Amino acid sequence: MTRLDALRAVYDRLVGRVVVTIMGAVAVELQSIGHCPNFFYLQHAMGLASSMGLGIALSRPELSVIVLDGDGSVLMNLGGLTTLARYRPENLVHVVFDNESLLSVGGFPTATATGSDIAGIARAAGVPRTARVESLDEFVLAFDGALAAKELTTIVAKVEAAGPSGYLTDLALLENRFQFQRYLKSAGRKT
Amino acid sequence: MPPVSTSSSRLVYDALKACGVRLISALPETWLVHLIRMADDDPEMTLVRLAKEEEGVGISAGAHLAGVKSAMLMQNHGFLASVNGIVSCAQLYRIPLLMLISHRGSFGERDPWQTEGGGVTEDVLRALRIAHDRLDQPSRVAHQIADAQTLAYASNKPVALLLCRDLMWES
Repeated sequence: MTRLDALRAVYDRLVGRVVVTIMGAVAVELQSIGHCPNFFYLQHAMGLASSMGLGIALSRPELSVIVLDGDGSVLMNLGGLTTLARYRPENLVHVVFDNESLLSVGGFPTATATGSDIAGIARAAGVPRTARVESLDEFVLAFDGALAAKELTTIVAKVEAAGPSGYLTDLALLENRFQFQRYLKSAGRKT
Repeated sequence: MPPVSTSSSRLVYDALKACGVRLISALPETWLVHLIRMADDDPEMTLVRLAKEEEGVGISAGAHLAGVKSAMLMQNHGFLASVNGIVSCAQLYRIPLLMLISHRGSFGERDPWQTEGGGVTEDVLRALRIAHDRLDQPSRVAHQIADAQTLAYASNKPVALLLCRDLMWES
């Protein structure tokens, strides 16, 4: 499974939800499918995408929040999994694309390449629902299951270590930030 | 060691409430115990207990973009541990963080392990160009917290208030 295929397969579920991604390939590939004002790409601060998702999910329980994370980022904030598990917002789905490498800086292997199991770590941290998936069908099933479950879920999707040729897009960081904030403000008015 | 001041902690907490703060992230330390208990006992407040302080930067950033006012409670060593998140999340994305930092390691410190952080905290705040002020007089607490939050929102930048010994210890 490639990350791009996985993103394409659930893209229609992302369109109406609040999405926070990490930097690098995830951000570029999601934008290549189609940017929406409800997508925020945290283009640095590795490890904090899940914390941002938690802050949004706790602040706005009426919104459905998806965090698109990666193995390198999660490994920088393993303690954050315990915080997610502690508050376990039912409106948060945490997807970790695990390509076992730090792809954007040359593909150096992360610890998941030598057996560290992020789904197992999340489960042991207390995340109520976890899944580890390897095929596209399994991923879609797990993703839809998580949305339906209304219980904090971490899905670790094993993906190929392949990504885009570059990491810059024409969406400025602050343009994204203010657009996203404005979306969240108007989302409150609609409900 | 003299006890941590309940009345000053109450002043700080009430000032945060008066500013509309409804989410507090915290990692316990001696000087913060009353503040954290007040947040925990307050049904109007969401208290997020952290594993490490840097998470609080992400949580506050998310809360801000979602329209909720927040504050971070941490020791100065927690601030030092959060510097990358402050720079590459809050400063990069212009997030108005309100950081309340217990200023351990200044004159009067008895714990040897706290003595390095106190000497560098204000220098690091200056190096990061974070507007900051010291909270050391009970009569000024409410005003200073309100003013700090006003600047944070007007500038879309982090601000810091140092909870000092003269305020946080019973005299």
